Amino acid sequence: MNMFINFLVAAVFAGTPLLFGTVGEIMNEKSGHLNLGVEGMMSLGACAGFMAGFLTNNLLIALLAAFVAGLAGALIYAILTITFMADQNVTGLTLTIFGIGLSNFFGEYMLVNSNTNSLKLPENIAAQISNIYIPVLSDIPVIGQLFFQYNPFVYLGIVIAISCGIYLNHTKLGLNLRAIGENPGAADAAGIKVTKLKYLNVLLGGGICGIGGAYCSMIINGGVWMSNSVNGLGWISVALVIFASWSPNKAVFGSFIFGAFNILKYYTPKTYFTIPNAFYDMLPFVITALVLIITSIRKSKENQQPASCGINYFREER
Amino acid sequence: MSNLIETKYAIELKGVSKIFGSVVANDNINLNIKYGEILALLGENGSGKTTLMNMLSGIYYPDAGTISIAGDEVSISSPTDAINYGIGMIHQHFKLVEVLNAMDNIVLGTKEKYLKPKILKDKILNISSKFGLEIEPEKKIYNMSVSEKQTVEILKVLYRGAQILILDEPTAVLTPQETEKLFAILRKMKEQGSAIIIITHKLHEVLSVSDRVAILRKGKLIDTVKTEDSNEKQLTELMVGRPVSLKINRPEVESKKTILNVVDLSVMNEDGSLGLKNINFKLKRGEILGVAGIAGSGQKELCESIAGLIKIKSGAVLCNKENIIGKTPDEIINLGISMSFVPEDRLGMGLVGSMGMVENMMLKSYRKSKGFFIDKKPSRKLAEYLKNKLQIVTPNVDMPVRMMSGGNVQKVLLGREIDSNPNVLITAYPVRGLDINSSYVIYDLLNEQKLKGVAVLFIGEDLDVLLELSDRIMVLCNGEMKGIVDTKETTKEEIGLMMAGKSFKGVEGDE
Repeated sequence: MNMFINFLVAAVFAGTPLLFGTVGEIMNEKSGHLNLGVEGMMSLGACAGFMAGFLTNNLLIALLAAFVAGLAGALIYAILTITFMADQNVTGLTLTIFGIGLSNFFGEYMLVNSNTNSLKLPENIAAQISNIYIPVLSDIPVIGQLFFQYNPFVYLGIVIAISCGIYLNHTKLGLNLRAIGENPGAADAAGIKVTKLKYLNVLLGGGICGIGGAYCSMIINGGVWMSNSVNGLGWISVALVIFASWSPNKAVFGSFIFGAFNILKYYTPKTYFTIPNAFYDMLPFVITALVLIITSIRKSKENQQPASCGINYFREER
Repeated sequence: MSNLIETKYAIELKGVSKIFGSVVANDNINLNIKYGEILALLGENGSGKTTLMNMLSGIYYPDAGTISIAGDEVSISSPTDAINYGIGMIHQHFKLVEVLNAMDNIVLGTKEKYLKPKILKDKILNISSKFGLEIEPEKKIYNMSVSEKQTVEILKVLYRGAQILILDEPTAVLTPQETEKLFAILRKMKEQGSAIIIITHKLHEVLSVSDRVAILRKGKLIDTVKTEDSNEKQLTELMVGRPVSLKINRPEVESKKTILNVVDLSVMNEDGSLGLKNINFKLKRGEILGVAGIAGSGQKELCESIAGLIKIKSGAVLCNKENIIGKTPDEIINLGISMSFVPEDRLGMGLVGSMGMVENMMLKSYRKSKGFFIDKKPSRKLAEYLKNKLQIVTPNVDMPVRMMSGGNVQKVLLGREIDSNPNVLITAYPVRGLDINSSYVIYDLLNEQKLKGVAVLFIGEDLDVLLELSDRIMVLCNGEMKGIVDTKETTKEEIGLMMAGKSFKGVEGDE
């Protein structure tokens, strides 16, 4: 029982960076832009967030830096695909390569110029990002452990996801955005400012991805800078968007399930069988493939990728 | 305000021009329309009707000239501007978001506050009853028929309080009955003071609904005439620029031998419903069998099952007593069954948009040539031949067909199919969106084939054309055959009712 609760808690921790990446990508895809640069935007956020935290010792500034860095990555993507109509897939892939490279370059630069040959977050910020403790609530057996003992990122992620869900499904702006993702021509003819809304959401999505990156560099590695801290989580997030069927609310559960897959290898008894770790690493992708198959069999028009996702919109095209 | 509306023009265009590259789409157009008036905009393909209207709706921006709305000169640089000036446009291809319901589509992009669904629904039902529209506000667009979708489009415009309504070929997808209903709505809107511009090819509709007609030819405004002082002949001459005979020939062919026999053909749709239900008909050499029906009544399934592109559920298709069910499309082509299907986007089936005429010709013939490398010469010859014979307008035969106008693309497609000397020619919507001139070239081509003894299955949308061109007409409704009628013994109304699902005694089945 205790082991199982530990497993669930670990799954939530492992799933949180995925949650940011997934919600960010959902905001992108809902505006009709398939952004394969999630990994890159997260890497940019990882570097900027960590370094800002390292230099200022202030969590708020670190988060802001991560958000802005992810947003800046998305801005490159947005200018290329929305304004200049570049191919979305190629641009996204390039952004991934660029983001990882720049993040590692800057991290390495800071590392070789430091006195200690390692970068560790200062104590103040390290304390701020450690697990919270709420008197009474956190002490409730099981429930306290399951709900009230995470670090601030976890709660922030859930709040962002739910806010995005409300934004998409219950506001006029969200309705306009969904229309753009489905049929930009229709949205344009209805008087919606397509380009402006696309920029807004691609940038917002990029910023959210950036915070996810900060989680990777600041939490996963225990507050010590390491290169390649995102390490493929951005790609899993892209797959998770499909698993969550483009709903930020479902993304919350989806990311925790995927997080569980990620850490499953540490919680399976090793004595009975020895399955290679690679098998567990594969699981999220197998599940995503299954989800894709099931949704394509169901042929529902809803809970699908926005119809114009991946296609740039040009008003005067004939 | 009401005084103002009476005295000022709703729209006044002065010297409006629009140039695309080297093409002058609109040349110095002067046009006006009053409130409480229906103006029909008539013209052949590429005469600049849609371009002109797109400038009013903010899709294009004029290169020269001025636009005045209600007496004030305005600059319409985006669809938002157009909406703010009270201009609503209903496009040929609906601008609706399929996964949203009618209500969401109607309020989409409006500036007002978020309304509770219940209040919004009442508001929409209120407007629709005022104009005699029928709508289910909570129905998703993808579950709607074409006519329902059009209603949503009209409501979208009305909801925004537009005083000026532009409709681009609104009747192309409607049955005669639905068209009448639409016209009734338009007349009601006119009574309430709206200014309405309707773009159409169909002369009888122009005459029945409009007050004035503006005729465009090659980007220039030729004339504006009062509808009551005009007639079909005059309008056609103004439109084409020379006298044209409006009659479609129907040559009689002797010795009709059955070549294609369709028996109890049923096709299952992807969603499990029946796309075709027990279709029975015989197609004879030297006849044109017309197929009438609302869009999506099973025409596509019929074409594709005969061409071997989709699996059928039950039944048989006999070509010269040989069952072709189960044969590959390639084998069916070799039997001399040729299909040209012109889908709504015109390029979707049969041609590759980014290839030139030569390569598109080759798509059907490359398998016949021997050797590892392809030989472009015969295809080039054929492309040049078709270009001259069918007067296809293109700078050269290597230009991507996507860049050609719709009519020319259709000539390429049909020309290639006819060149393969088929026994059976299936052609769906060959004149879709074509102007009178190009349509007649196509009709002549089909008649030529008929005289050569080819059996032609002609799937059309314009009932008048079907009635004049075909020998017999089969009517489809919801995948069911409502009967086959002899065109000499039927009326448009009868076919219209059959299209809506009514079966007639004595006309069911095939002798």
